[in-house]
Amino acid sequence: MSLAELICPAGTPAALRTAVDAGADAVYCGFQDATNARNFPGLNFTPDELAAAVAYAHHAGTKVLLALNTYPPAGKVDLWRHAAYLGVRYGVDAFIVADMGVADYIRHTHPLARLHLSVQAAASSPEAIRYYCENFGVKRVVLPRILTIPEIRQIRTEIPCEIETFIFGNHGLMVEGRCSLTNYLTGQSTNMDGVCSPASDVQYVRDTDGSMSSRLAGFTIDRFGPEEMAGYPTICKGRYAAPNRPEGYYAFEEPISLNLSRLLPELIDAGVHAFKIEGRQRSKSYVRNVVTAFRHAVDDIRAGRATNMSDLVALTEGQKQTQGAFETKKWR
Amino acid sequence: MNTDIRDAPQPPLLGTGMFARLACVLIQPMLSRVVRRVALRHPSLFARLGSHQSTDFLIDPVDLPFALHLRPDPQALVFRAVPRDAALPAGASIRGRFMLLLELVDSEEDGDAAFFSRDLEITGDTEAVVRLRNALDDIDGSIATETAEMFGAPGRAILTRLRRSYSMKNRQQDTR
Repeated sequence: MSLAELICPAGTPAALRTAVDAGADAVYCGFQDATNARNFPGLNFTPDELAAAVAYAHHAGTKVLLALNTYPPAGKVDLWRHAAYLGVRYGVDAFIVADMGVADYIRHTHPLARLHLSVQAAASSPEAIRYYCENFGVKRVVLPRILTIPEIRQIRTEIPCEIETFIFGNHGLMVEGRCSLTNYLTGQSTNMDGVCSPASDVQYVRDTDGSMSSRLAGFTIDRFGPEEMAGYPTICKGRYAAPNRPEGYYAFEEPISLNLSRLLPELIDAGVHAFKIEGRQRSKSYVRNVVTAFRHAVDDIRAGRATNMSDLVALTEGQKQTQGAFETKKWR
Repeated sequence: MNTDIRDAPQPPLLGTGMFARLACVLIQPMLSRVVRRVALRHPSLFARLGSHQSTDFLIDPVDLPFALHLRPDPQALVFRAVPRDAALPAGASIRGRFMLLLELVDSEEDGDAAFFSRDLEITGDTEAVVRLRNALDDIDGSIATETAEMFGAPGRAILTRLRRSYSMKNRQQDTR
């Protein structure tokens, strides 16, 4: 049986302490800049906060993984290099990287640093994963959410590194790190300027009948009826009219969250080393509830007990959840 | 939760008129004291607000007879009760039931979940709201409890009663 480490999100120092106290095996976080893919206003860590956070986590036996998982613009790599220097200086346990240049720099400049391959790299085949392992010394890959469990089991036999899979949170299926929908609409980087929906471009409009429209850069991307659950204002989860669907429908993806609580034993059996909970942009309340629930579930599985997970549907996007491709590629 | 905020008990005279003005006058000394205390105890929250320290937030607890105007400028803090019909245009508005808003301030509830369920409404400058949320979320401890402590045993008793009532209502709604 794999260790099934629980990898938990932290957008603020208080959230990191919450995750550690709730039983995270490792916490992932990022700096307050474009070096990570959750560059939200008011979120993330200053260098001093990261130093204190690493000390707090290590005191509790929890690892800290630093996300440097964006793609630097050509020739503008200083920010990423300095972030790597700070991470090494403060003793983070691994860097989560996507860009080959960043990976190569860290491998040669900080040869003792451990590298994890971010989902942003979208490496989903044994050949792609092996390339990162052989050329950059990657020790773990975070798999995109597009593979079935049998496919994960097969990949595990063909790669020389550990596997981490998402088990809860955002159900993004795009080729992450290379999505240009936000750039197209807002002119801002999907990667570096606040992920899919830069808050400065988001607007919610309440209509007189109680409906709510969500807009990005002036474009209405969804309209929720008075009794309808809402989702995030992301373009790929918007509702659009098409020639044969004039009423509007979810053309790309739906507002729904991943929840693999029932598949944990199968994932462990398939050789998954680490379970990742998405949501650095979420609150301490989310971190506390989700980490606590999965901590108990993983501990129960390790001890051979039946799991009885608390209901997390209230925390899911649109209050809907799915096992996605992990269960079947026909999940929609 | 899944309760439409339009179903919230309506405050007397819908938060306008003489009753609302009287309520604002009575509550104002407490609000001023609370906001000064929070700023003193949690100075780090202002850094996360960035340029939105000067943004005017309208916080609208739909079940109270007044709204709240917050400008989190550390040099000139504003936190005042305003009748709804006298509220000035705000940079960002946050609307929900009073206890939900209080639990969000304390991170006892998740803001995104309240948004998904439509218990929380946000209009205006979304970035300002995101910054305020993240600033408050980085505070350890409970602002509600700290506030209650300022008023001794009666304050603690009121908070306990409010939380018990809120929790009971949520349980009842969950079982429906």
